[in-house]
Amino acid sequence: MTDVAIVGVGIHPFGRHPGVSGAAMGAYATRQALADAGVQWSDLQFAYGGSLASMLPGNEGSGTADTLVNELGLTGLQFINVSNGCATAGSALASATQAVGSGQFDLGLAVGFDKHPRGHFNADPASSGVGQWYGDLGFMVTTQFFAMKLNRYLHDHDIAPSTLAKVAAKAFRNGALNPNAWRQKPLSEEEIEGSRLLNHPLTQYMLCSPDEGAAAVIVCRADQAHRYTSRPVFVRGVAVRTRRFGTFEVFAPWLSVEETESPTVDASRAVYEMAGIGPEDVQVAQVQDSESGAEIMHMAENGFCADGEQERMIHDGETEIGGRLPINTDGGLLANGEPIGASGMRQIHEIVLQLRGDAGARQVPGDPHVGYTQVYGAPGIGACTVLTR
Amino acid sequence: MTAAAVARRPIAEGLFTWPDEPARLLGSRCGACGTVVFPTQDGCPRCGEQGMAVTELGRRGTLWTWTSQDFLPKAPYAGPETETDFAGYLVGYVELPDGVRVVTRLVDVARADVQIGMDLELVLVPFTVDPDGTEVVAYAFRPAVPA
Repeated sequence: MTDVAIVGVGIHPFGRHPGVSGAAMGAYATRQALADAGVQWSDLQFAYGGSLASMLPGNEGSGTADTLVNELGLTGLQFINVSNGCATAGSALASATQAVGSGQFDLGLAVGFDKHPRGHFNADPASSGVGQWYGDLGFMVTTQFFAMKLNRYLHDHDIAPSTLAKVAAKAFRNGALNPNAWRQKPLSEEEIEGSRLLNHPLTQYMLCSPDEGAAAVIVCRADQAHRYTSRPVFVRGVAVRTRRFGTFEVFAPWLSVEETESPTVDASRAVYEMAGIGPEDVQVAQVQDSESGAEIMHMAENGFCADGEQERMIHDGETEIGGRLPINTDGGLLANGEPIGASGMRQIHEIVLQLRGDAGARQVPGDPHVGYTQVYGAPGIGACTVLTR
Repeated sequence: MTAAAVARRPIAEGLFTWPDEPARLLGSRCGACGTVVFPTQDGCPRCGEQGMAVTELGRRGTLWTWTSQDFLPKAPYAGPETETDFAGYLVGYVELPDGVRVVTRLVDVARADVQIGMDLELVLVPFTVDPDGTEVVAYAFRPAVPA
């Protein structure tokens, strides 16, 4: 397979942007990525784009991803819309990497944007393959799933619930260093624990919220990267995996007693093998922190520690920007919110900045050269990447 | 039917036995690999075998995990509460001896008394009332009376 490089990145600030459409934010991020790579929209041969809002009930304002060609130019390029839950952007990047890797194309785009209304995501039982009764009775709330997976995990691995506030406080500290973040105000652990309880033990500031934003990356054949940049970042591994029988996923009326490792574990192993490295080689990582506990669980699912080691690692500051393995250096989902289609592309954007040394006030010290990203989404999809320079 | 009788209906057909009590949840068991699922379905999600058999699940189990719902959910939630009178509810997965963990509401238990591993038993509970006055009945689990 042909090696693939990222030669341009762009982002539209995450948050609330009244009057700005999802497609306009996607076009903004795309133009920034084009300028970063020094190429024109008309140079691109293909694009994979994710915008989930148009698929969600009550979120119809965003439009599918390919509507942004109306803003950027109708050049006739191959544009494929991607919809894969919270793993949408990871799936778009995987597809773009495979498109170049296969040798079919030389230069293209992966982009994600979304514009969600306030509050937790609406859900439709029929489109999720469960009975109407399940929604009627009040089980169809994503945050319930997060809390129940977390409560069992804390119980099994004897992790103190106070660790949750530490993770959220780190996210907001890092968000305060990120001019593109939605939440740029540090919050103390006391403020986080004292905020409104939503689903035991998760309080308001331990849970991310849907919002708006966009991010884009330009990919090309690695052997042509020097045409566009002196500082390419290489995609060494990218994988998307779906749930196997026995995993614990959102919107499940039942679970099997036969337990299987999550799709994140499967995707993670696949990218380490592709890259020929192990989790101990990663120097900066972005993981799915839909809530504080997700970051804790995903630390182990991505191989960064054994189950139960997280409390000590977090207490010792190992996941801080100056720590052994900085995690969610841009504030993660907790500080950036989750415009679903864009969220995973924001992670890629952050890792590219970190590996170039361009992350400003939140730059990881020590000149990191191996980065990692992971997104996880309904109904059981994990997408991971290994990026190096 | 006498004028005093309140009409009742289960929240969904085929979810649990009706109307004779004590009720049992209805699941499906795979004839090929033994997997048990809830509610009923035809094809086995583990091995793909078709023609799973409907089975009545055990009435008692243990709490596998849980949480609280402390804000009023948006649609599709169909409970009768409003923002002003919503008091929250408890949910969890109960592990049944059939080898399946079933999502449920937890009733007749204070939040402070909920423990993973506690013994639970099935109960039918009123959930809401249809516009025509029919009472809608759901299943839930409550702490089991020691056997």
